[in-house]
Amino acid sequence: MKRHITNAFFIILFILLCYAVYEMPIDHTTDAPSYNEVVNHYIEQGLNDTGATNIVAAIMTDYRGFDTLGETIVLFSSIVAAASVLRPSKKKEEVDEHGR
Amino acid sequence: MEDKIVKTMTRMLLPFIQLYGIFIILNGHISPGGGFAGGAMIGTSLILYTIVFGLPKARKKFSHRAAEFMESGGLILYVAIGLIALIFGLPFLTNIEAGFSLGEPGKIFSAGMIPIIMIGIGIKVFSTMVSLFHILIEEEIS
Repeated sequence: MKRHITNAFFIILFILLCYAVYEMPIDHTTDAPSYNEVVNHYIEQGLNDTGATNIVAAIMTDYRGFDTLGETIVLFSSIVAAASVLRPSKKKEEVDEHGR
Repeated sequence: MEDKIVKTMTRMLLPFIQLYGIFIILNGHISPGGGFAGGAMIGTSLILYTIVFGLPKARKKFSHRAAEFMESGGLILYVAIGLIALIFGLPFLTNIEAGFSLGEPGKIFSAGMIPIIMIGIGIKVFSTMVSLFHILIEEEIS
């Protein structure tokens, strides 16, 4: 019973997502929501604003620098979490003597 | 791993992999690449070293202490560069207006703070990859 409900749910979700794909803008018109004045500004003024010829680097570390800082903090917190869980402690031998 | 061919080839190839990684990081603002890609390359080279020569030898090259230092160092470098702009009364992480030189486009020393931030990101990605691998493999051995 539970399985049928799950299957039905996923089929409905599949149809919904297929419908959503057809609602997307197909021809690359200028009305697409992602096409606004920001794109033109990056392409035309990117070199003057940042001096970087690689526009991806200019967007990543200058225009969206705060975003990349968050990305770096994610890396930091991931390594802290992994180390705190997995790194063997110095007291390990004592624990072994008393039996785990 | 006790294979002479793999060991010799690794010893020969490692400097070139690391040099290419450094090149990718330093040219991040000129050509495709950047901190994430270059850091991943250098990290992969040290992971290769760990696989071939074993963890004890790799620990000598990249110890816990070095990992801790580089982990925080990359992030602190990034934040410190961002904080320079606050001295001049500008928003956090301002580039050219905060006194970084624009330079001549296409040269290594250009684009203000972007190369410095790229170095910070490279150090961060490199140390994260290597120390995660070391932590996981350590658990497996002990």
